[in-house]
Amino acid sequence: MKKLLAILMALSVLFSFAACNSGGEETTAAEETTVATPENPTIRMSTTTSVNDSGLLPFIFPVFEQKTGYKVEVQSAGTGAAIQKAKDGNADLILVHSKASEEEFVNEGYGVERIPFMFNYFVVVGPKDDPAEIKDSENAAAAFSKIAAAESKFVSRGDDSGTHKAELKIWGENTPDGETDTWYISAGQGMGACLTMANEQGAYCLTDKATFLSNKDSLPELDIILEESEDMKNTYSVIECNPEKLDGINTDGAKALIDWLLSEEADSLIAKYGEEEYGQALFTVIAE
Amino acid sequence: MLLTMDKELIQIIGVTLKMSFFSTLISCFLGLPLGVLIERGRFWGRRTLKKTASTLMGLPPVVAGLIVYMLFTKYGIFGSLGLLFTVEVMVIAQVLLITPVVICLTSSVISVSGKHLSETARGLSLSKGKTLLLFVFHNRRALLSVVLTAFGRSIAEVGAVSLVGGNIQWKTRVMTTAILLETNKGKFTFALALGMVLLLISLIVNIGASLLTKRRDSDD
Repeated sequence: MKKLLAILMALSVLFSFAACNSGGEETTAAEETTVATPENPTIRMSTTTSVNDSGLLPFIFPVFEQKTGYKVEVQSAGTGAAIQKAKDGNADLILVHSKASEEEFVNEGYGVERIPFMFNYFVVVGPKDDPAEIKDSENAAAAFSKIAAAESKFVSRGDDSGTHKAELKIWGENTPDGETDTWYISAGQGMGACLTMANEQGAYCLTDKATFLSNKDSLPELDIILEESEDMKNTYSVIECNPEKLDGINTDGAKALIDWLLSEEADSLIAKYGEEEYGQALFTVIAE
Repeated sequence: MLLTMDKELIQIIGVTLKMSFFSTLISCFLGLPLGVLIERGRFWGRRTLKKTASTLMGLPPVVAGLIVYMLFTKYGIFGSLGLLFTVEVMVIAQVLLITPVVICLTSSVISVSGKHLSETARGLSLSKGKTLLLFVFHNRRALLSVVLTAFGRSIAEVGAVSLVGGNIQWKTRVMTTAILLETNKGKFTFALALGMVLLLISLIVNIGASLLTKRRDSDD
């Protein structure tokens, strides 16, 4: 009986060696694609609607997820709500575009470090015949004062979002008051809803280019009237949530995702996004 | 906290009450008689009307909003009226939503008291018209709660009014869309405070309505 067992064991050892040798090359190849799942595989990212609506994230994240075994859960809301959710401990990192709010987030101890990693330009869209004649303005501020002088309709996000804050910065001291300036429509809604409203009302609107291009089919009245002026630069940053201030943060996951976003692989993916669909890149990577 | 935005808050409450009042008024004007007639009348298409009304009770507000939006959009049938993003069009969407509710609730109120009241009416040999009035009078308190339900629906609705009204500051912003906006801004506590104000308005309206019926009862 003992003999039989010994033989069986010897045989099984032999077989397993044989299996290893014959499949050696295949296993190393397989290791590259199926990585061991990390201890806490879920990364919660809180981001703004404009990032989410642009379609960039579903374009780049599958590469990261396949490579690392992490799963990124993206929650999108206006910048204000996106940051508030993170402050409430419901996110591991944030990806937003509002410098002042981001710095506040870090200074209050909720965020570890603000890392700007890509940018694009806001554009001013408006009725094709450009009633306020802003087409040749040198920058957005000049265009806005022409709109105000002509009292042409203008749809504002009015929701404390990154885009709304950028708009208010361009208006500066001349921010219209919707109560008296009835041409200034403060909609308090998302980018898509505001563009639809501008299309309906024959109004101007400040928007990120990606959202406008992806909705262009349903906005027949609107065209990009002004673009690429320095005061319309729109910088996106990632911030890791501070595990010392907040409980239950997936620090390893957040770090891994940020490292990857700054990697050359992510850079080339971001730079490529939009070319196929819109014939132009929608984001530019900030070189370190 | 609420005091800081006094002026705007009052304006928002004003728009909210105006919208809810007119939607309730119109949908009750249409729905109450229809609801009574469905139960008491004998006319062609009665059953179909009842089925339609109870089906439309399940109409999701956003869909009602979409339908109204498509009708009043620039290239819609009524686009030339230029009513999109006004309080008027919000009332229209609300009427579409609430009238079926009023019809169904009214008809069930009337049907519950059916047999017993019909016998009374026959005993008194009342005319058809007077019988109808008896039904309405007998059920006045239940019918008032139908009206209050309609008001409650319209004041609490958000999907349709934000779509067709556009949540425009100083123009079409109502309590619910303001709450949604503050939530999107991340000002959760402020949004909750606005919710409390909305509840308070509902409470006042309800108390007012019950006082009204009490006084009527003592008049009897």
